[in-house]
Amino acid sequence: MMNELITALLLVMGSLFSFVAALGMLRLPDTVIRMHAATKAGTLGAGLILLGVAFFYADLGITLRALATITFLLLTAPVAAHLIGRAAYYSKIKLWEKTWIDELAQHYAAGDDPHHDGDTT
Amino acid sequence: MPLTASIIEIAGHFALAVLLISMVLALFRLIRGPAAADRIVALDLISILIVAFSAAYAVFSGETSFLDVAIGYALIAFLGTVALARFLMRTAIKKNIINSKTGPSHDE
Repeated sequence: MMNELITALLLVMGSLFSFVAALGMLRLPDTVIRMHAATKAGTLGAGLILLGVAFFYADLGITLRALATITFLLLTAPVAAHLIGRAAYYSKIKLWEKTWIDELAQHYAAGDDPHHDGDTT
Repeated sequence: MPLTASIIEIAGHFALAVLLISMVLALFRLIRGPAAADRIVALDLISILIVAFSAAYAVFSGETSFLDVAIGYALIAFLGTVALARFLMRTAIKKNIINSKTGPSHDE
């Protein structure tokens, strides 16, 4: 009874966090800001649902598999987000018009500055 | 215990439906994202949502094999995201070399 209540709560919370991630993916104004929604909220939603699976079965093998998946997601989501963010910045994405600080801009040479030669993809 | 079964069933239905709606929302961004990076981010989110969907379906159907599906899909999706990001990086570097005669340099 208790396990089922906890499982239902975790499933509902995880799916709601995933919905928030998808909503941010649709509504946020910029690639980098959208990446923030996708990586953090998406990973949290999937992790909560996997915890729900572990609570539902209450079995050693299932729990270990769910925890291994959560660990793998937590390890790989920052790596993937870092790679996508670097590639996106390097391919001259258009930043949001209200962005007022771009700390990476001064680390590129003048002929290589992604945002000041008018060619925004 | 019909009450507890109905609680799990209601929560499973709700979670699966919300995850499907989220996938459709991310699919909109995948279709109309202005840059290639937007599409890669949307694809990454969709693969995380598929992992969550498989896990939720493992609870919903009582079949634990769907958890293994979630593990395998998480591994493959990470590889796919890394490959797409590296492809985008390489394309951008080539374009930068062609656009600016000096080529990319990371000096300050």
